Amino acid sequence: MKITKEEINHVAHLARLEMPAESVGKFADQIGQILEYVDTLNAIDTTGIAATSHATDLTNAFREDTVHAHIKPEDALANAPEKENGNFIVPRVIE
Amino acid sequence: MQPYELTIEKAHRLLTAGELTSRELVQSVLDRIDAVDKKVGAYITVDAKAALKQADDADKRIAAGEASPLTGIPLAIKDLMCTRGLRTTCASRILENFVPPYDATVIEKVKSAGAVIIGKTNMDEFAMGSSTENSGLQITRNPWDTTRIPGGSSGGSAAAVSADLCLGALGSDTGGSIRQPASYCSVVGVKPTYGRVSRFGLVAFASSLDQIGPLTKTVRDSAILLHAISGYDQRDSTSVPEAVPDFSGILEQDLTGVRIGIPAEYENRHGLHADVQRAYRKAVERMVALGAQRVSVTLPHTDYAVAAYYVIAPSEASSNLARYDGVKYGHRHDGHDGLMDMVKTSRSEGFGPEVQRRIIIGTYCLSAGYYDAYYGKASQVRTLIRDDFRRAFESCDVILSPVAPTPAFAIGENADDPLTMYLSDIFTLSANLAGIPGLSLPCGFSAAGLPIGLQILGRHFDEATILRVAAQFERATDFHGKKPGV
Repeated sequence: MKITKEEINHVAHLARLEMPAESVGKFADQIGQILEYVDTLNAIDTTGIAATSHATDLTNAFREDTVHAHIKPEDALANAPEKENGNFIVPRVIE
Repeated sequence: MQPYELTIEKAHRLLTAGELTSRELVQSVLDRIDAVDKKVGAYITVDAKAALKQADDADKRIAAGEASPLTGIPLAIKDLMCTRGLRTTCASRILENFVPPYDATVIEKVKSAGAVIIGKTNMDEFAMGSSTENSGLQITRNPWDTTRIPGGSSGGSAAAVSADLCLGALGSDTGGSIRQPASYCSVVGVKPTYGRVSRFGLVAFASSLDQIGPLTKTVRDSAILLHAISGYDQRDSTSVPEAVPDFSGILEQDLTGVRIGIPAEYENRHGLHADVQRAYRKAVERMVALGAQRVSVTLPHTDYAVAAYYVIAPSEASSNLARYDGVKYGHRHDGHDGLMDMVKTSRSEGFGPEVQRRIIIGTYCLSAGYYDAYYGKASQVRTLIRDDFRRAFESCDVILSPVAPTPAFAIGENADDPLTMYLSDIFTLSANLAGIPGLSLPCGFSAAGLPIGLQILGRHFDEATILRVAAQFERATDFHGKKPGV
């Protein structure tokens, strides 16, 4: 087994997902298969090869720091599941 | 001929000649959607009222003599580009009721060109898939055979163009998501060079791979639509300040002197359907008959592209999709037990299985102790794949290949086998890793009558040459003129 049920549960927690107990086994099988396939990359010697994280050769993108029109607070809040007085409402964080 | 059957080019001529109004054209498309889309399922949202209003505005603009090539033309938009005031779902339960407060740059551009937005098309949830079966909202069927998938992830856009439910469409391509459904539905689709088209307002899947592009009935229409959406945008820091040529101008040039590269690795590939192989070979012969020069090239790291892609894309996705937490927009679980529980249950209810699978793969590949072995390694292999193309393009101007190894498969056939589904992206996803442009156009039909596409890849920012080669092939063949029976 390339990845265990415990690892799936651990990674699911890191990704803030709740895995139903009955799907963990199936996920572990499928993801294990995919990771085994990915391991074929180890057949290539990449010593000294630079990594590509981007397909263009751009480095920094600068622009003038000027004032622009932005979306209004009420528009930014329009899709909020819960809001009050111009704020997003979240469950209590500190007990 | 009904107005909905028109190409963008032809409709523009009729509109500016006063022989057709945009209102008539848009109404014709809306009637066609009413009659046919229950069989196809291409659209998630159709906004008839707003479309007719935009059509009237377009008619005024045309009457004033201020028409652009897109003025009054009805377009379909893949449902992951933000449209102000028009629901944008990404075919996900998590964004089912999301109404964007702003337009994506591409939407601003087509609107200011006077195009009419008919509606938003179905897709694999968050563009993750090759069949549109991963939509959390509905099934889309291939207009050529409604028991089959339309391809994906831009399956709704490809099906809509193919079934005459719009004159052209926008899709997005992260690993083949424009080109593969274009191939399965017998339409033209272009993935531009990375950085050519602004991604501002495109809901992110894998930011270093995503690119918006056109799906249309002809090559010329793709040239028109691509021209309208291209260009530098300072709101997308990966947008490249490169001049946008007039893509239409070069389409008439013949193929004399054009060198077409045939990769040894693509020719007798295991798993390549015999009908696809036959259509590909015939297309190469046709190009040679049209004056192109055939050159053998080699892409030695082809076999590793799928593996590299399925580390890089899920890694980026796991990071991009962290924003869906039930706080600012999107689905929130009711009756939660505190913040952590709210975030977890909202995400688990909102995301479908494939999205969750990719988030987990990506999170695993980026997690402590695995980063170098997976993401680091894949990024190095990406360099080798890019170098393969750079070397190949020293001896050729375009590369020809199949788009997908088989014609469209049956709905449900691969649904529970993610790895097999991933492997079918072999011909398309290298272009995203390398950042080069690619195009798919109709080049034949299987014995069962299913469409087959030809892929044309080009150098960075050389969309003009792939469009030219495609236009010359299209002119010499009649595959694009065939329509599905739906």
